[in-house]
Amino acid sequence: MPERVMFTMGDIACAEGALSAGCRYFGGYPITPATEIAEWMALRMPELGGAYVQYEDEIASITSVIGASWTGTKSMTATSGPGVSLMLEAIGLAVMTETPLVLVNIMRGGPSTGQPTRGQQGDVMQPKWGSHGDYQIIALTPASVQEMFDQTVKAFNLAERYRTPVFILADETVGHMREKLVIPDGKDLNLVYRKLPTVDPSEYLPFKPDEDLVPPMALLGSEYQFYATGLTHDEQGYPSDKEKVQIDLITRLNDKIIKNSDKIIDIEKFMLDDADIAVIAYGTPSRSARKAIKDAREEGIKAGMLRFKTVWPFPEKEVQELAAEVKHIIVAEQNLGQLYYMVKAEAAPTPVHLMTKPAGMPQLPHEILSKIKEVKSL
Amino acid sequence: MTETVPILKHPMAKYIREDRQPWIYCSGCSIGIVSQMLARAIDNLGIDFHKVVVVSGIGCTGRTSGYFKTGTYHTTHGRAIAFAEGVKIANPELEVIVVSGDGDIAAIGGNHLIHACRRNIDITVICINNMNYGMTGGQFGPTTEHEKISQTSPGPIGNLEHPFNLVQLTASSGATFVARWTAVQARRATKSIEKGINKKGFSFIEIVGACPTAYGRMNRLGDGVQMHQHLIDVAEIQNGLEPHLAEIDYDNRIVCGEFVEIEKPEYTAVLRAAQEKFKKK
Repeated sequence: MPERVMFTMGDIACAEGALSAGCRYFGGYPITPATEIAEWMALRMPELGGAYVQYEDEIASITSVIGASWTGTKSMTATSGPGVSLMLEAIGLAVMTETPLVLVNIMRGGPSTGQPTRGQQGDVMQPKWGSHGDYQIIALTPASVQEMFDQTVKAFNLAERYRTPVFILADETVGHMREKLVIPDGKDLNLVYRKLPTVDPSEYLPFKPDEDLVPPMALLGSEYQFYATGLTHDEQGYPSDKEKVQIDLITRLNDKIIKNSDKIIDIEKFMLDDADIAVIAYGTPSRSARKAIKDAREEGIKAGMLRFKTVWPFPEKEVQELAAEVKHIIVAEQNLGQLYYMVKAEAAPTPVHLMTKPAGMPQLPHEILSKIKEVKSL
Repeated sequence: MTETVPILKHPMAKYIREDRQPWIYCSGCSIGIVSQMLARAIDNLGIDFHKVVVVSGIGCTGRTSGYFKTGTYHTTHGRAIAFAEGVKIANPELEVIVVSGDGDIAAIGGNHLIHACRRNIDITVICINNMNYGMTGGQFGPTTEHEKISQTSPGPIGNLEHPFNLVQLTASSGATFVARWTAVQARRATKSIEKGINKKGFSFIEIVGACPTAYGRMNRLGDGVQMHQHLIDVAEIQNGLEPHLAEIDYDNRIVCGEFVEIEKPEYTAVLRAAQEKFKKK
């Protein structure tokens, strides 16, 4: 399909991104403020030969997505905080069985039912720590309608490349804002597909990694027979209660993400070259920060922004490098402080100031500007 | 000099991961029998085994998938049906079979069971009902009868709750094929599994089995042989009986047979038709 231009909302851009990435299975359950993704998928999937399936709950949705992915179909679900809470056990299963999938969380106010129609960034620690056990996750944080598209394509590529669930963490404002979207010609997209096994079926070890720590993935219905289980398993896929098998497996699952952090982490540096004060932000607050920094510059304050386009794996090195160059860091998050603590740990001894807004309207530019001035006067 | 005796292979061994033997099951357990029913059903139907996917959840029966030498998956507790639906919808060419226990299918996974019946997706669910949570040591579950003893329903009263009748539950939820057998009715049960696999729609086959280690011990039902003998004694075959009459009263009467076989548009077929309509546009 040739290039298309739309004026549309973030949720729909996300759905279009998934379709452009080759997603042909969506299992979901309606929830504000992510419902538009489901609705768009219901409309578009059949004409592309794909499936929109509406399940009885989010647990079935995510588990069906895992099932669909094991047939070789690129698959996703989209939900909001309460839905993610229900999906967390299955996220662990997807991590443990190394299942590529994309999970979109259009973040709303929480905890519990919270404010369904208002945005927040209250769920940024959830993908990393929500499911039980030690694991790593990848999470992307788009800040515009175009990025909802671009990052969803990227999320599928990362999921396929590393055989892992990938989160899109978009606050409600990004999900519902309307902007110009350019959908590139399909042939201009670099799409990644998981490695399939090439060995003789009799020699196939389903969880034996290649040098990049990622094992080739056999599909259900192929000539390869395998057992995939959420139990700790050896390279053959068989359950084991041996200490070594547990250590080897969870170390590899962690390492395949952490050792590839440089290829996964995506940040934007805005006016940081000579900055004394750096604002760290992601999603909608980063849009306010951009304006605040321009205004601060006009007043002669050397401010800049480090914008996280991915939050997991956490950009540790990038924060350390920033901390070595600036006098102060401000973390502007639409919550009571979540990534703040991660930044603080990496930035020490550079002072890190928290600017919270645990509610629907993100930090406004003039509010961030005031904070920059306040920090400047310290 | 030692004499070498050739080892005769079980005729169903070709479907089984022999390198995973011995089974984890206790002696006297019914799950091995039901595994053989499934292997024989596949063998009798002559379907391409590569295209068969076996899925199970958690628990003793949840281990079944791991013994079949094809594409197999062991999901989280209760979610085998949800996983199976994703597989079937994404690739309708596959023969998707769920084997799991009563706790997995009817308690934690109960919501998925009734909705899969309603949705009418062409998968076959074999539920081994041993009337308790065996893997965790024998607690009461969704099919444990009133006043029966378990680790979490001790005497003097026993189970305070009442059981599901899985035939009635699935029939009223919209399953297009519903049968119940006991583990000792191996031939009839195998035939029903074959029918379930062949049926273009959601099929549910309950196999009432024995858990002598936990449920049998606590309720003084004897060892595995005695418990299976009991199943022979109380099984009453009534094919075609109205599902609401398919009583299950463990001590006295377990009504067995095929109770539902109806036609209804199947999910993946309807989805395929929708996709085709767009192609023609």
